[in-house]
Amino acid sequence: MTLVRQAGTIAAKDLRIEVRGRHALGTILPFAATLLIAFGLSIGPGRTLLRQTAPGLLWLAMLFASVLAFRRSYEAEGEDGALEGLVLAPIDKAAVFLGKAAAVAAQLVVLWAAVLVLVAALFDVSLGGDAGIVVAACLLGTIGLAAVGSLFGVLTESPRAREAIVPLLVLPLAVPVLLSGVKATSLALAGLGSQAGGWLALLVAFDVVFLAAGTIVFEYLVED
Amino acid sequence: MKISTGERLIGRMTARTGEKVLGWASLVGVAVTAVMSLLVVPPDASQGNVQRLMYVHVPAAWLAYLSFFVVFVASIAYLATKRIRWDRLAAASAEAGVLFTVLTIALGMLWGKPVWGAWWTWDPRLTTTAILLLLYLGYLAVRRLPESPARRARWAAVIGIVAFLDVPIVQLSVTWWRSLHQGPTVRLLGQSTIAPIMLTTLLVAVAAFTVLYCYLIVLRLRVGRLEERALAEALSPRIGVPVAEVVEESEEAVARG
Repeated sequence: MTLVRQAGTIAAKDLRIEVRGRHALGTILPFAATLLIAFGLSIGPGRTLLRQTAPGLLWLAMLFASVLAFRRSYEAEGEDGALEGLVLAPIDKAAVFLGKAAAVAAQLVVLWAAVLVLVAALFDVSLGGDAGIVVAACLLGTIGLAAVGSLFGVLTESPRAREAIVPLLVLPLAVPVLLSGVKATSLALAGLGSQAGGWLALLVAFDVVFLAAGTIVFEYLVED
Repeated sequence: MKISTGERLIGRMTARTGEKVLGWASLVGVAVTAVMSLLVVPPDASQGNVQRLMYVHVPAAWLAYLSFFVVFVASIAYLATKRIRWDRLAAASAEAGVLFTVLTIALGMLWGKPVWGAWWTWDPRLTTTAILLLLYLGYLAVRRLPESPARRARWAAVIGIVAFLDVPIVQLSVTWWRSLHQGPTVRLLGQSTIAPIMLTTLLVAVAAFTVLYCYLIVLRLRVGRLEERALAEALSPRIGVPVAEVVEESEEAVARG
């Protein structure tokens, strides 16, 4: 119980920083929109092709945008030795991991809502009857991504790692999320939502593995 | 501190004699593999001489997975014991693993062009191997970060564990995504669909390359020790005492706990 309360405190702190700084809204959302427009331009104006590729572009845009969110989540900790403070605080390290993951997940959910609207508008996709499946895939994918990002965002602490290390680690690790998310979304958009169960189950498995692994190993990443 | 059987075995292998024995054994093994796979075994009935690539491709793939499993185990052992030798083993094995993964992919592509008609197909095993390569390139990139050795070792260990946990999920997701790779021809149980001489050559090749892997690891471990020694020398020269002695003293102290 204390673990949940401690994680809640950390998450609340991160969300307060975000609400006051408006980083996700001000930087990451425009970045995701830019990506979607660039994808649209590179694939051309043909409606059928755009509609077919929309699920993939949606998840790619979210994947790249979420990498920015992870880095932002730990950049705030790099200033004024805030991370040392967190490590020294008399709370469970797992609570720091879960709290930061929850805060990132909350930001990503807001981002999802905006990006889904954008994709629907730009690529002429209607969510239709199986919208529940799409929402479920987004939420489950967000949890898994947040777990991976909250774990490896710590590496942003290293001076040279700021550039490419986090995406280099996160993107290959998140391949199952990308595949399952894209597949579940395409099935749902094609009106075959009932067949997406296996992909959603795979997303759940990914979430469980990475939340559990993160909870166990996070303390080794931050202890100094 | 007690020294475990595993550590003692590694100690035996990393001694100079062990290193020499491994070196000669891998040279002989690879030579025998070359003779058998190029001269003794007849070409494949349907694929012709191209199929001979299999005698390197399959052992390389097996060693890639073995290496990453060793990274996983050594990473856990490092976090549990905080002994730097486990970190050195993980580093050595990750480098060997990346080497064998690249070899697997390169040979597979050479084989795929004439047999499948394409350098690359988005087949589950190919895709999984490519993602595996990217994961461990990331692992090696973290190892190159200019961090304190202890911090780098801890970060690398966490990534070594998490990356390995990801492999089955990647494999499963990509398999569901699509499948084209030819089915396994060697089965542990039941009838294999491979000629006995081909199977023998394949097993010899796997054994030879496994010994070669051990040799590479042992060499890399020694280089790792020397690197640390050189670093210690640069950091704390003690007047009048040769550096090697200083390091040995400190290593003994560490071993005593």
